[in-house]
Amino acid sequence: MLGILTLKDIPYNVPILVGTFIGVAIIGLAVLAAITYYGKWTVLFKNWLFSVDHKRIGIMYIVLALVMLFRGFCDALMMRTQQAIAFDSPGYLPPHHYDQIFTAHGTIMIFFMAMAFMQGLFNLIVPLQIGARDVAFPFLNSLSFWLTTAGAILVNISLFIGEFSTAGWLAYPPVSELQFSPGVGVDYYIWAVQISGIGTVLTAVNFLTTICKMRAPGMTWMRMPVFTWTVFASCIMIFTTFPALTVSIAELTLDRYLGMHFFTNDGGGNVMLYLNLIWAWGHPEVYILVIPAFGCFSELVPVFCKKPLFGYATMVYATLTITVLSLLVWVHHFFTMGAGANVNAFFGIMTMIIAIPTGVKIFNWLFTMYRGRIEFTAPMYWTIGFMIVFVIGGMTGVMLAIPASDFVLHNSEFLIAHFHNTIIGGVYFGYIAGMNFWAPKVTGFKMSQGLGKAAFWFWFFGFFLSFVPLYITGFDGMIRRLNHYDNPDWHIWLIIACIGAFCILIGVVCQLLQLFLGIWNMDKPGHKDVTGDLWDGRTLEWSTSSPAPVYNFAHIPVVQARDAFAYDKEHGIDTRRTSEPYQDIIMPKNTSAGFWIGMLALVLGFGAVWHIWWLVVVAAVIILLTAVGYSFKEDKEFVIPAAEVERIEKEHSRNIMTQVAE
Amino acid sequence: MSENITSTANSGHHEHEHENHSAFGFWLYLMSDCILFGCLFASYAVLHGQFFGAPTFSELLKSGDIEFKTVAYETALLLLSSLSFGFAMLSAHKGSKGGTLLWMVVAAVLGAGFLGLEIKEFTHLIAKGATPESCAHWSAFFTLVGTHGLHVTLGLIWMIVLMVQVATKGVGSKMMPRLTCLSLFWHFLDIVWICVFSFVYLLSMVQ
Amino acid sequence: MKKILPKITLSVVGLASTLMLGGCNMVLMDPKGTVGQGEKHLILMCAAAMLCIVIPVIIATLWVAYRYRKSNTNATYAPKWDFSTTIEILVWGIPMCLIAFLAYHTYISSHELDPYKPIAAPADNPNVKPIKIQVVALNWKWLFIYPEYGIATVNEIAIPVNTPIAFRLTSDATMNSFWIPQLGSQVYVMAGMQTQLHLMATSPSPADGFRGVSSNYSGAGYSDMKFRAIATDQKGFDEWVEKVKASSKQLDSKDGEVYKHLRDNQMDYAREHEGNVNPEPVQYFGTVGHHFFDEIVAQYNHGHSTVEGHGNMNMDPAQSNDMHSGE
Repeated sequence: MLGILTLKDIPYNVPILVGTFIGVAIIGLAVLAAITYYGKWTVLFKNWLFSVDHKRIGIMYIVLALVMLFRGFCDALMMRTQQAIAFDSPGYLPPHHYDQIFTAHGTIMIFFMAMAFMQGLFNLIVPLQIGARDVAFPFLNSLSFWLTTAGAILVNISLFIGEFSTAGWLAYPPVSELQFSPGVGVDYYIWAVQISGIGTVLTAVNFLTTICKMRAPGMTWMRMPVFTWTVFASCIMIFTTFPALTVSIAELTLDRYLGMHFFTNDGGGNVMLYLNLIWAWGHPEVYILVIPAFGCFSELVPVFCKKPLFGYATMVYATLTITVLSLLVWVHHFFTMGAGANVNAFFGIMTMIIAIPTGVKIFNWLFTMYRGRIEFTAPMYWTIGFMIVFVIGGMTGVMLAIPASDFVLHNSEFLIAHFHNTIIGGVYFGYIAGMNFWAPKVTGFKMSQGLGKAAFWFWFFGFFLSFVPLYITGFDGMIRRLNHYDNPDWHIWLIIACIGAFCILIGVVCQLLQLFLGIWNMDKPGHKDVTGDLWDGRTLEWSTSSPAPVYNFAHIPVVQARDAFAYDKEHGIDTRRTSEPYQDIIMPKNTSAGFWIGMLALVLGFGAVWHIWWLVVVAAVIILLTAVGYSFKEDKEFVIPAAEVERIEKEHSRNIMTQVAE
Repeated sequence: MSENITSTANSGHHEHEHENHSAFGFWLYLMSDCILFGCLFASYAVLHGQFFGAPTFSELLKSGDIEFKTVAYETALLLLSSLSFGFAMLSAHKGSKGGTLLWMVVAAVLGAGFLGLEIKEFTHLIAKGATPESCAHWSAFFTLVGTHGLHVTLGLIWMIVLMVQVATKGVGSKMMPRLTCLSLFWHFLDIVWICVFSFVYLLSMVQ
Repeated sequence: MKKILPKITLSVVGLASTLMLGGCNMVLMDPKGTVGQGEKHLILMCAAAMLCIVIPVIIATLWVAYRYRKSNTNATYAPKWDFSTTIEILVWGIPMCLIAFLAYHTYISSHELDPYKPIAAPADNPNVKPIKIQVVALNWKWLFIYPEYGIATVNEIAIPVNTPIAFRLTSDATMNSFWIPQLGSQVYVMAGMQTQLHLMATSPSPADGFRGVSSNYSGAGYSDMKFRAIATDQKGFDEWVEKVKASSKQLDSKDGEVYKHLRDNQMDYAREHEGNVNPEPVQYFGTVGHHFFDEIVAQYNHGHSTVEGHGNMNMDPAQSNDMHSGE
């Protein structure tokens, strides 16, 4: 009935997990109680969970990302603490737990923190920025979100039922094969990644279609905002490389469930096939993440420097160059496998060539700031911090790209320091800068600049404290993923790194406090963004109200130039065309189908992990029926009458007037 | 240009836009699917020849357990099914509900025939000891060919759903994008099959 | 606040680079082998070349941020300026030159320091023959076979200084990476495949040897998968060989009880103890089966392996296996 699930798979005898469970349960119950107390259940489901509005989906993605950031960050703290005390002692985490923690940290941070955050930003901004009313396929958008969420929930279920993978975040075989990982941990990993991966591919298809087909009239390719360009590039990489992830994980699944021999030691399996396939996805993946972060910087730097982006065309070409090159570098993750010198040299050189367009981007931001009037808001702090941190990360990246130096730096703490240097300094700084920049647009409230800057400082110095020691221990021959060690030279550095991690913790708390206070004060005067154009923005998203109405634009804006809104403001053009008569607007209705399919995918995944086959079949059949049923549904749209549109728009105009008068 | 702009800007017909994009979006998805098959082909290329004591492809060919005839029939059935679906699309464009349905039924029957032959071949191979868990070669073989078969199965389910929808809703502007998507999918599976046929069967037969 | 930003950042970056480059007691900066020395010079040269651009960029960023702050109305403000051909050429050209320089050294060093490339006998010891060591990674210990001496050890090797060492490596468990940080390069070891590595120590190690590790995560006991590499003079090496030969323990065949125990004991233990393992003690085997290493490779290749004494460029089936997937 329950497959291989038995009572002894519940880790009730592990104090850390029991404590965590009690904590999660208390918070969960408190949230449920609060929702009941304020009578928000209907609102929650009808207006949020079932929503197909890209702005709400975007917010839900970011909430998911922040929750996952918290989870992944707790894992990081536990690892740092373990390494700080595990000199000549076993520390407090036995390898079986420690290995799960570093696997979960990587899996969660990449798939459920960064990817979710990224898709959240796509959703929040792209339709607004290109002057569209929604994405091309609103239902698929909701489905994507719920598939990602299903994966995230599955990973977290593994905390309390069974165990998580101990095979590292990329589940290298043969460690991840049944022979060496007989438990359900790897299965949790497989299903969580696979389910969320489908969601990501759907997002890519959705946004590529949106960007290609739904740009406002007049918005030619070379008038498109850079953030949208980066989303375009990122989506192209997603839909060309995610199949490689799907296939590698699927083949691992077949090995584990059906006894096939893709990557097993015996039967003719080939481990290097897995490494090639997964890195054919894995390396582009980091560009998938970082390029939209570059897009965030490219949008906010001109706004806060009060001048247009320097070298727009260069920026676009650099982005596209990186997109293409990212597909040609994956072998640099295993130079040490014993391929020939020519193969290694080729992939090494391809890799370092990526540094050229990336360097160009840095210079372009620098020259955008040059001769500007820089306003030091929190997003700008993150940007300057990024430029400093990221060039160091880029440098160490090139060092790793040289095969001969990789032979001593590979798999060392130097590598760990390098990719955190780029992922924290590039991806995370970028997303948080983007969030600080655009949050007022989608929520309608301003966020505390002071707390935003405090978060930055703690992150910035915390980053250096955490990862410079790892560069050093890397040079001292320390390898990654060590549970304990006996080299006295490393100890002091690992203690410093642990202090750094706690410094970052304060940064995380400041960040959450900033959001929380924003929400808490949202109705108080002075905290509201009434004009919709808080920062004197340059692109179309700032031309509508904050938060944007459900239809985004009453009249689809007509784009006359790059930085369309800035152009309109300068030339006295009314982007909103308030004098023209309003028309009925047809919008997609909310639907619960995406939510249910996502939840059923979760059930399916859970069933598959525990070999509860009847549950898998039932879930699969219901998913199919839900999808078919949805395709039969007739009235998927509703009409917002012209009068209602006019009322909303008039009110916004009045708000702007009052603001100007003040 | 300005006329063009205003006309687009003022047409609030969102629904119309959505439907137009589905073929484009689906086309993008197919590109992604194509790469998925590419990875499966790559796996097959790497693992092929790793028999590890299981019956080899040429042994099975010699003993007549893999027959060129069967594969040729499979190919013919799938291509004819695609052709029939092409006719269904032509009828749909003409607005003929009956013609569309008729050709769709033909396409579905031919597709099911392909699937039947494939299942028969698989069971025969498994009976002969060439099972997916016997060695890397057969793992890769069954996964590659089986994934194509799985796509055909999903395509058939989709076709049945669309037949019901055509029967109840006709072939109006709402149905056309859906039929177009399925049509793309069905032809795409043909192309994949041609690759399977050439790389998996023909190449091994020539060797 | 704005004035603190540049100062603090600069000092942090400065401190970091001083520590990173100046720390000569760090293992990778204090290599004891020819390969490691080559890699050290390569790393330092490339880092220095890149710092020539990275440091000015960081300084320029801070300077521009400070200079063009909003409150500084003295600074030029060019609200329309968004393009300059000269600057475009420079921002593409400078990174290109740097990368061209690095690419040249990448190509050269990839060939020079290729782990598969045999190391020539040193000038002061021109007639020395390379010593062959076969390495088998087990969970979680290293088995070393000296085919020319007919001996095997666990978790300890000895090598004479100024003598090229030719490793052939495989695994009889998970994938690992064989690495002696102080001597230089690492290389992956995988079941059913053979990889090669050539190293040479230039000075003797401390008495307890250089540290050796598996640098690729291979499961619960990974942290304890360590060995010692004792580099000594020829006399010390010969004594060590005699010491191993004196051991009565023998490793006859891969199906023998001794080997099976060696292969599985820690894994069995780890399963019962939340992944904790006891580090495997050093062991000596006075005799070892003749084609022991090849048998281990062959069991995963349906009986195919190579015999002793193949040349370096020889593409044996197992090796071609991994080369193939690398393409």
